Amino acid sequence: MKKVYLDNGATTMLDPDVIKAMMPYFSVKYGNASSTHLFGEEAKEALERARSIIARSINARPEEIVFTSGGTESNNFALKSIAFTNKDKGNHIIISKVEHKCIMNACKWLEKQGFDITYLDVDKEGFVNPDELDKAITDKTILVSIIHGNNETGTINDLKTLGNICKKHKVYFHTDACQSYTKTELNVKKQNIDLITLNAHKIHGPKGIGALYIRKGVNIKPWQNGGAHEFDMRAGTENIHGIVGFAEAVKIAMNKKYIDYMANLRNKLIKGVLEIPEVILNGPTGNKRLCNNANFSFKGIEGEAIGGYLNNKGIASSTGSACSAKTLEPSYVLMAIGLSPEQANSSLRLTLSRFTTEEEIDYTLKVLPGIVTSLRKISPFWKE
Amino acid sequence: MYYSKKTLKRFKSPEFAGEIKNPDAVGQEGNPQCGDVMKIFLKVKDNIIKDIKFKTYGCIAAIASSDMMCELAKGKKLDDALKIKPKDIVNGLGKMPPIKFHCSILGTEALKKAIENYRRTKK
Repeated sequence: MKKVYLDNGATTMLDPDVIKAMMPYFSVKYGNASSTHLFGEEAKEALERARSIIARSINARPEEIVFTSGGTESNNFALKSIAFTNKDKGNHIIISKVEHKCIMNACKWLEKQGFDITYLDVDKEGFVNPDELDKAITDKTILVSIIHGNNETGTINDLKTLGNICKKHKVYFHTDACQSYTKTELNVKKQNIDLITLNAHKIHGPKGIGALYIRKGVNIKPWQNGGAHEFDMRAGTENIHGIVGFAEAVKIAMNKKYIDYMANLRNKLIKGVLEIPEVILNGPTGNKRLCNNANFSFKGIEGEAIGGYLNNKGIASSTGSACSAKTLEPSYVLMAIGLSPEQANSSLRLTLSRFTTEEEIDYTLKVLPGIVTSLRKISPFWKE
Repeated sequence: MYYSKKTLKRFKSPEFAGEIKNPDAVGQEGNPQCGDVMKIFLKVKDNIIKDIKFKTYGCIAAIASSDMMCELAKGKKLDDALKIKPKDIVNGLGKMPPIKFHCSILGTEALKKAIENYRRTKK
């Protein structure tokens, strides 16, 4: 059976060139970067080379990049450590209602530790309103964390405007850029960002490796204690093969031609799916949407069931429906952009990568209408 | 795998999916906000379920449970059909992730409503 992977928002295929770059660091170049012998030096060199590549990709300095185990750790590190390191200045943190689960749950934990969290609304396309952020900042605010590219709706927030507001109020600005990294501009100087969460496995790099950009001068202490790794900011022997793979993935993904390639395929997909009756696109259109993201709600049918039939045809997708969630609640992100629970339950997310082919999009567009029709036929909410 | 083979098979080709023209009774249970709604259509003769069909808005487990429930109910006396338990549906499907048990409850509740509606209109 044909296999089509349209769940690149969850994770991506490891690029064969990335595997190639990583291989020596599993076998012959296995040194610990903290060791002072030949083996250690080899690892240390690879570590610093990788750090430079990642720093350059966001216009930062190498010493501002701290490697972590991934997006979740970077987000937890940024939020919890900024909160505790700066609690003498205030106890107020601002995030949006459409942040990733790890930001949400880190904030719920921080609330229990005595911090006040403001959850900003978003508009019907998923954007944070800069004026609302401006008004929400108080003299107790120490940190603002707003997602860059949303994992469900594909919405790309205007970091520059949000960053300037934070700068004006002298409040730290963090963004979770796991979905957007290399897919749209990320420039710490231009966009006034103090902390950025980055990861590798959404851009054809390995799982289990990420980074936190920390602007020089930001008042933050390590969250994970131990040895003096990563400028004393994150203890633990560096995952050299992961770091090398991460940098290789960034190097390849920084080629802007891939953005246009994915955006064109995504546009074709969106256009084709919207030809099915009673379908809506969730999130914005054009270049304010992640180039690889499409998210729809199909009237009268449930998302997990659509995904189940797509799976039978070899197509991998995901949904924001309650049925697929372990909580049995429909996606809070889709509810935050104003969808009804029924519409959120009827959602389907298709996310592309640079390895997605036009033929795969054509195949998806060929089988999806039939699936929708057959599910609507057995739906109590669909009248022919 | 998350779902059993039997569940996936029923989901793929549900035998009892559809509608009965001029049914003797209809029963509906569930709420689209929670993600599942099941509608049951009955044909009854001499207190026996002669034909049964379903229309379901819901996930893989909801559609498979609806189909399983219809198979268990078809040919049964109304009183016996009322004795079908969610557990019977789960057993018929092999196994079910615990978080999806409510789908089987939805099945028996929808059937119960359909039978109640039938008895109400017959009186």
